[in-house]
Amino acid sequence: MSTWLAIGVAALGCYLLKLAGLSVPEAVLDRPRVQAVSIALPVALLAALAAVQTFAVPGGLAIDARAAGVAAGAVALLLRAPFLVVVAAAAVTAAGLRALGVG
Amino acid sequence: MSAVPSWQRHRRLVLREAVSVGIATGAYGLSFGAIGVAAGLTVTQTCATSVLIFTGGSQFALVGVLAAGGSALPASTAAVLLGTRNALYGLRLSALLRLRGALRLVGAQLVIDESSAMALAHADDERARRLAFWATGLAVFTLWNLATLVGALAGQALGDPRDLGLDAAVPAAFVALLWPRLTDRATRTVTAAAAALALLLVPVAPVGVPVLAAALVALATGVLWRDALLGRPTAEPS
Repeated sequence: MSTWLAIGVAALGCYLLKLAGLSVPEAVLDRPRVQAVSIALPVALLAALAAVQTFAVPGGLAIDARAAGVAAGAVALLLRAPFLVVVAAAAVTAAGLRALGVG
Repeated sequence: MSAVPSWQRHRRLVLREAVSVGIATGAYGLSFGAIGVAAGLTVTQTCATSVLIFTGGSQFALVGVLAAGGSALPASTAAVLLGTRNALYGLRLSALLRLRGALRLVGAQLVIDESSAMALAHADDERARRLAFWATGLAVFTLWNLATLVGALAGQALGDPRDLGLDAAVPAAFVALLWPRLTDRATRTVTAAAAALALLLVPVAPVGVPVLAAALVALATGVLWRDALLGRPTAEPS
């Protein structure tokens, strides 16, 4: 139930943001400060999400197979691999380490 | 005389681009479907997320926070905050497309990175930019949702997400979404500060809160470091 609630609230919020852009007068959002925050916001959230999902365990932080997987994904990005390859490199690395009993 | 064949050529070009963009985003959709199911969503919930939210970064954020055990509020807040850039796209598009009434209500759902970029790329021709927006939006909507379904069904058939390393695929997806934005010192500093703050808060704050705290980093740098953030050549997150 809580999952449906999260989906519903997120969907409504995301839709209203899209509609607001098409509807509100330009002057409201077209300020340098608002623009700067809107550039920084996705960067900050994606960085925090990546960091937390890589290192967080219940009650603290840990370096395990996930960190190795993300490192493999970063190498794939450096090699200009497409999105799907980056994600697959991370998954295969983490799964392989766990199969070997590491992490 | 040459206007008609020239428009037909232009039209074909725009449509071909729209379909290519749709196919490319389908790859993201596949991983979203698999990751959604791995995060504990049902296939229906995963597909509903793609249809109803329909903006990739927000969807990954939602399932990322839910997967970590976060509750509905921090999950949806993270998703909505990541969706704020679509409001700015809409702002640019409103003058270009001048959508009215029901068309605006439908078009709003299609305001995403890809459709906005395509409409702006064809901004100099009225017909082309409208076609670019609608064709790209509809192509991405169709393929993104199809791919989500396929990815979710595949993820469900594959078994334990941890054995498959899908818990490493989620943060890798965030890094891949972040990567093209790290074009200058300002965004790299925001990245480091946001990641550090979130990790510091993990042991002491409820799940989901460390990610939301990172939004404060964005707020602070947006206000204090405005020019550095705006001074970059590509102000459009991709």
